[in-house]
This record gives sequence, structure tokens and C-alpha cells, in this order.
Amino acid sequence: MAEIPHFDIRNLTIAYGDVIIQEKLDFTINRGEVFVIMGGSGCGKSTLLRHLVGLMEPSIGDIFVDGVNLWQSSSEERNQIISRNGVLYQGGALWSSMTLAENIALPLTEYTDLKQKQIADVIAYKLSLVGLAGFEDYYPSEISGGMRKRAGLARAMALDPDILFFDEPSAGLDPVSSRLLDDLILELRDSLGATVVVVSHELASIFTVGDNSIFLDPNEKTIIATGSPKKLLETSDDPRVIQFLTRTT
Amino acid sequence: MIDGDVYGEEYSFSMSIDTTEKYQLIKTEDGLCLQLSGDWRFQSGIPDIDILLKHLINTQPVNLSFDCHRLENWDSGLMTFLVNLLKSCKQNNISVLQKTLPAGIHKLLQLSFAVPERKGARRAILGQPVLAKIGNVTIEMHRNWSDLLAFVGEIFFGFLNFLRGRARFRYSDLFFQIEAAGPSALLIITLISVLIGMILAFVGAVQLRLFGAEIFIANLVGLGMAREMGAMMTAIIMAGRTGAAYAAQLGTMQVNEEIDALKTMGISPIEFLVLPRLIALCLTMPLLCIYADFMGIIGGAIVSATMMDISFFQYFQQIQDFVPLKHFGVGIFKAGVFGVLVATAGCFRGLQCGRSASSVGFAATSAVVTSIVLIIVADAIITVICQIIGI
Repeated sequence: MAEIPHFDIRNLTIAYGDVIIQEKLDFTINRGEVFVIMGGSGCGKSTLLRHLVGLMEPSIGDIFVDGVNLWQSSSEERNQIISRNGVLYQGGALWSSMTLAENIALPLTEYTDLKQKQIADVIAYKLSLVGLAGFEDYYPSEISGGMRKRAGLARAMALDPDILFFDEPSAGLDPVSSRLLDDLILELRDSLGATVVVVSHELASIFTVGDNSIFLDPNEKTIIATGSPKKLLETSDDPRVIQFLTRTT
Repeated sequence: MIDGDVYGEEYSFSMSIDTTEKYQLIKTEDGLCLQLSGDWRFQSGIPDIDILLKHLINTQPVNLSFDCHRLENWDSGLMTFLVNLLKSCKQNNISVLQKTLPAGIHKLLQLSFAVPERKGARRAILGQPVLAKIGNVTIEMHRNWSDLLAFVGEIFFGFLNFLRGRARFRYSDLFFQIEAAGPSALLIITLISVLIGMILAFVGAVQLRLFGAEIFIANLVGLGMAREMGAMMTAIIMAGRTGAAYAAQLGTMQVNEEIDALKTMGISPIEFLVLPRLIALCLTMPLLCIYADFMGIIGGAIVSATMMDISFFQYFQQIQDFVPLKHFGVGIFKAGVFGVLVATAGCFRGLQCGRSASSVGFAATSAVVTSIVLIIVADAIITVICQIIGI
């Protein structure tokens, strides 16, 4: 029996009003793989991500999560599905009126019956995973942009989600932190079997982590290449893809 | 041809901006040579290109070359000059020998022409016709109101959840919001209410004195504050103080993707952010209104005592006799309604906010405007209803 793909996107069109950003998108994301959404600036990568995590309703087409049609199900069901996602936003998107500990605690108190002590332990553990041990009582405004991003990741991982979305994970990080983040992504995939979806145009990171990918083009307004980034580099004959993957002009 | 002929004929132009000559056109065998010299930076003045262009179009040389060995410093001033020159040469089929430019300038020029302008990128119509503008504004308004209705609906369901004890928000947030909306506003409310009470008393005093009915000043101030001004002034202060703050807070959260983060956690922003603010204002506004009523009446008492020889005792006795509690009740009820309106408008504008810093400012402004419109309209409606049912 064929395994149901984790995410199955069929004939998806994304648009703002009448302006079509991308159309006729068909792809699947399998369980336990690192899936990269590539493409130049302004081709709709982040908007596609917002569709995948359920923030925006598609103009046309369907998104199936574990075989369930996201937008045909009731809003409670949809909320259930959405809350199983972990999302790391570009700027971290920490709730600014709460400390890091409270940020991470919120999903835990909402969705689990853990006791205060256990929650505190989970918070300390998640913060240490992203190299922020001891920063529990800091407010997001008191730490640097890179730290905020890592704290955002700690929050995204709070509920041990089986799928993690990363919106431009390397943006605003120094090369070393960016590398550490890549390692962490692979670690999450290997040890937890998590599916990871990464929106990125950072080549180093794409080649390090990507198992599978799609390449969006702003002019064609659709996918012009799919497959493992490394393989694409070797086999693709589309000049636009080659140009992107080799940084040539 | 011998070399001497290259410099045979010289065209030179007087510079309007600078006294030093910055360029000279020299005739060559098959075209013209533009000799650039001196300082070509914005700060030292860039000559007007129109005279040169006019001359080039008139003479129609086959090609244009450059001589830059006397060129000293240059910046984007020279570059914009050259870009314009190249563009009009292209239009007039004059070939430009770019290689004769220094390597750096040549590279920069190539770079600026490397990516052609994207078709349709330039906004064609900047000014819309008036009718289209009216149409767009109307559509926008319609969408605004239907969004607001949808928002009110969501709040209603959120509130039902709250009554059933299932709403997801933190009680610490609620207490924080109550504190921010209530006690911290007391000072400004004291000031405004006392002054409003005094103004009412002043205005009334002049008229009532004509009839020798000064004592009725107490009725006027008491009724005015209790039924109308207490609630109204509190609401307007709170619209500017708290409503705008709500819009700015939620707007900034929208910009930082914090609202998205809540949604992807499956937590409704309506329950988590709007409900505590709404409940906080709904609870504090009636209390603030009572306080404002009292302060306004004291303001009236000050004027009566100092200007009209009505003692405090007389004044308060008069109010006790002629301003029954039901008038205070009407005002307090209104204050509760206004609280809901201010919180709704503030949160609505905040959540509606776009994703830029300027849209946060716009959200705060329109929150105040919406609140005040809603307050006045609601006040009118409640007044009519009270009239009909005879309160």
C-alpha cells in the first residue's frame, strides 16, 4: 500500500485579489524529508508557505494534510491540523509582551496537561537546544535578532510537531549560526522523523539540508523544476535553474 | 587625415551652473569627441545636458567618442549625465564609443543598462479619474463595513466561549489591561470632567440668572453630566488613549507576524487578544463614568459657590432632589456600550493593519476616528430609545 504523503498539493493557485502569484502547483511532501521551496525574490515562496501552514485560503486548488483536505474540513478540524505545525517566521515573531519562557509555555499550557515544573523543564530543554539556555526571563526586545530567531525555533518545537516550517531560516544569521541551524534541521529529521519544509534562497543551506525541492519561477508563475537540489544541479538543463544554483549571471 | 585636424574645429558652450568649462565638443574624422574635464561631482555642479543634446541632434554625428584624460573627480552626477546622454544618442541613432570612457565608468554604465526595464513595471496611471476614485472608495467602504460585521460576529462567538469558560486567554492579560485602561486614566479624566462641569455651569449661569433661577444650575450640571457628558467625555478620552493604543499594539503584532504565530498555534487572536481588551474596557468604562460624573458635579459646584453664592450644601441638596439615580443609570449604561465600541474599533483596526510601519500609524488614527463616530451614533440611538421608553 502506498503511503499517504504528508502534504499533497493539487492544482494550487495563489493570488492576491486578481493578481496571480503562482498557479497550477502540484507537488507532494513526504514524511521525514527536508523539502525546500526555492526561487528568486518575489516569486511567492513565502506566500506559498502561508498557504501550506493554513494562514491563507487558496484561490483555486486543494491542500491535503495526511489525506485530509485542509479547506474542506470544519474550522475546528482545521485548527487541529494547523496546531500540529511548528512554524518559524522570518523575524521569529515572538509575542513581544511575554518573556521567552512564557512564549514557549503558551502552546504547552494550551495543548498539554503538563504541570508547572514539567513545563519549566521543557522550556529549559528547548532553549538549550537552540543555544539560549538561561534566557528564560528575557523579553524579545532585549535580545538580538539572531537570538530572537532561535527562540522562535524553540517555540516552534515546543509541542514536538511532526512538521516544521522555516521561512528563510538563514536570513539575518551569521554563517556559523546558520550552519548550526542547518545541523539542527537535519538532527530533527533524523532523530524525530520530522518533516521539514524550508523556504530559502541560501544555496549553502539548500544543498546541505534539501532532500527534495521545487523551484518557482516568477515569470512562468509555476514550478519549473523538482527534485533533490544536488541532483538538479547535476542534471537540470534549464538555464534559469542552473543560473540560480550556480550563482552565475 | 593628419592629427592636427582632430582639434580643427571646437565647439564650446558657456556653463550656466559653473564658471569652469566642464566639456567641449571636438570634431573628429567621423563624428564628435566629448572632452570631459575637471570635477564632475554633484557638489561642484553638473552642467545642463539640454544644450549638448540639442547640439548633438542638430549636427547628427555618426558616432560619439570620449576624451577623459582631463577628468578629475566624479560621482553619480557624471553617471546620470552619461546615462541621459546615452539614452538620447540611442534614440537618435548616434553610435557611442563607450570603450573610450575610463574602464570604471564603462563598467558602471554597462551595469545600469544590463537589465532592461521590466515591461509593465512602471505604473502607467498615477492619477485616477475622479469617478474611478469615488468608485474605489465606495467599494473600500463597503468591504470595510462587511469586515467589521464579520469581526463583530467573531467577537460574539468568542464571548460565548468566554461565558462557557472555554475562551483561551490569560487572566493576567485581563488584569493588566484593566489596570492600563482604568486607574492610569484617572488623572486626565479628573481634569477633563471638572472642566466640563465648570463649563456647563458657566453657560447655564448666564441664562438662568436672567430668570433669577440660579439654583437650577445644579439641575443642569447634574443632569448634563449624569446623562450625557460623563459617559461621552470618558468615551472620547478612552478612544484617544486606549483605543488608539489597542490599534497600535495589535497592528505592530500584525507587522511582526505575531498574529500569524498565534493562528498557526491554533489560538484565536480574537479570544487571546481582543477579548481581554474588550472585557477590560467594558468593566472599567462604567466605573470611570461614575467617577467622571462626580468630578463634573464638583466642577459645577465650584462655579456655583464662587460666582453665584450657592452654597455647596444647597447645590448638592438640589441635585439630590432633582437628579434621580435613573439618570446616572442611563449614563453608566452608555459608558458600558461605549467601552465595547472603543475596544471593538481599536482591535478591529489593529488586526486589519497592513504589514508596514506607516500602516500602524494609519490603524491608530482610523481607530480613533471610527471610535468617535460610533460613540456619537450610539449615543444618538440610545437617547432616542430612552425618549421612547420614557427614561
